[in-house]
Amino acid sequence: MAVRMTKDWRPLNAAEADKVAGNLGVYQLANAAGDILYIGVAGGRSLFGLRGEIQEKSSEPPAGVTQFRLEVNTSYRTRHRELLMAYQFDHAGNLPPLQPAEDGRGLGKLSPG
Amino acid sequence: MDLSLSEEQKMIVDQVRRFVREEIWPLEDKLDPDTDELPEADYERLVKRTQEMGLYGLDIPPEFGGPDVDIVTRTLIAIEMSQHRAGLYAACYGVFGGVGGPGQMLEADEWQKEKWLYPTLRGEKKAFFGLSEPSGGSDPARAIQTRAVEDGDDYIINGSKLWISNADRAQYGLVFARTDPDKGRGGVTCFIVDTDTPGFHVRRIVHTLRSARYATELGFTDMRVPKTHILGKLNGGFSIANDRLARQRIPYSAACIGVAIKAHELAVEYAKMRETFGAALATRQAIQWMLVDNEMDIRAARWHTLEAASKAHNGEPFRMEASIAKIAGSEAGGRVVDRCMQIHGGLGVAKDLPFERWYREMRIRRIGEGPNEVQRHIVARDVLGMGLR
Repeated sequence: MAVRMTKDWRPLNAAEADKVAGNLGVYQLANAAGDILYIGVAGGRSLFGLRGEIQEKSSEPPAGVTQFRLEVNTSYRTRHRELLMAYQFDHAGNLPPLQPAEDGRGLGKLSPG
Repeated sequence: MDLSLSEEQKMIVDQVRRFVREEIWPLEDKLDPDTDELPEADYERLVKRTQEMGLYGLDIPPEFGGPDVDIVTRTLIAIEMSQHRAGLYAACYGVFGGVGGPGQMLEADEWQKEKWLYPTLRGEKKAFFGLSEPSGGSDPARAIQTRAVEDGDDYIINGSKLWISNADRAQYGLVFARTDPDKGRGGVTCFIVDTDTPGFHVRRIVHTLRSARYATELGFTDMRVPKTHILGKLNGGFSIANDRLARQRIPYSAACIGVAIKAHELAVEYAKMRETFGAALATRQAIQWMLVDNEMDIRAARWHTLEAASKAHNGEPFRMEASIAKIAGSEAGGRVVDRCMQIHGGLGVAKDLPFERWYREMRIRRIGEGPNEVQRHIVARDVLGMGLR
């Protein structure tokens, strides 16, 4: 598995969100240019897993977000951290613009190359 | 061997047991079932509680300000601390503190202690232990391919490590590298490496069955490390690593036993409460036998583990006992959790209850800290060496 997510971007709208399965996993939200704005997770307490998370985001898209991509993954917590750390490596230590600061707590440092 | 607890041990065990039930379990009801950390405010609050209890920094030697807890009591505490969902790899979410790094740093020289150990004990630095490599971990002395080549006052290190926990969050770590390719286990040296050293890379997280304390893969590219960073003696790394591996097996087993005890407790409660075909599960012989097997597994593993701790405490050789404890704890733990899942039926495999996490993480315990086959090899060597008894 590649460190950075390589899935195709999909438009963030209600119809596309309804197609998502209710699995555990991670997802990314981006603007039209494909810049990642947020990295999310559907964990064990998510009522409808990835579908619930994407439906919620599509009902009221955060500023600038037009597309999403996801990865079904039962190791959702470690994968979420890995994606955040890879983002920081690629963006001079910064979190995605819409990421709450507390998501950076306890994050380590990756240099995936 | 006398397994009865002293009054002081009973008091400490009871204190930790209440702490886990009253503080940790209620929090876990609200947390993600795979989490390995508490929200910051809860963490700070509970650290204060363990400090008030006089049990913070359990593994810090008393001469460095830690509580003076002997290894038998420490083992009893480990059995209690692990009795919750994240308990196997994140016992009480670290609120009892710890040495913050590999215990081998206690053997460092004074300059090294000032630079790395004391800041670690003060909680200012964290460390990792870098032994295993992609080429193998069970026989690290021979499998180590990471090379350290002398260059003036430094060594240049090239190679990689696998299954290394905490490396992405640490400020330094112990890296074992081959300094003499012709000497097998006598050609390995332990280096203290700062993680901001040019050429040090955490390449990726290794995703496994484990929810907590993930492992990483490290890469070293022309990493220049001064000779003053050698821990112990040149080519003396194997004994440093070996000492750690034997000692670690005792608390490793204790955590398995703690999880097994909690799983068994939950299964007993459930068997009494749950009815099938008009009678409680507990009245069914199939269930009773599973519970009896649990009880026997737990008692035997606990005995082996406390025997190893007792020998270590008394300064007797304990390598064989530590290996037996590691086998007994990890295999008993696996069997107990498996039976408890079966008793709980569908609920047993859902994330609503802790069994599925215990099942996944317990499976790793037969491999981690030296696979059980290697432990059996160690025991066999000692048994055959001492002849028939």
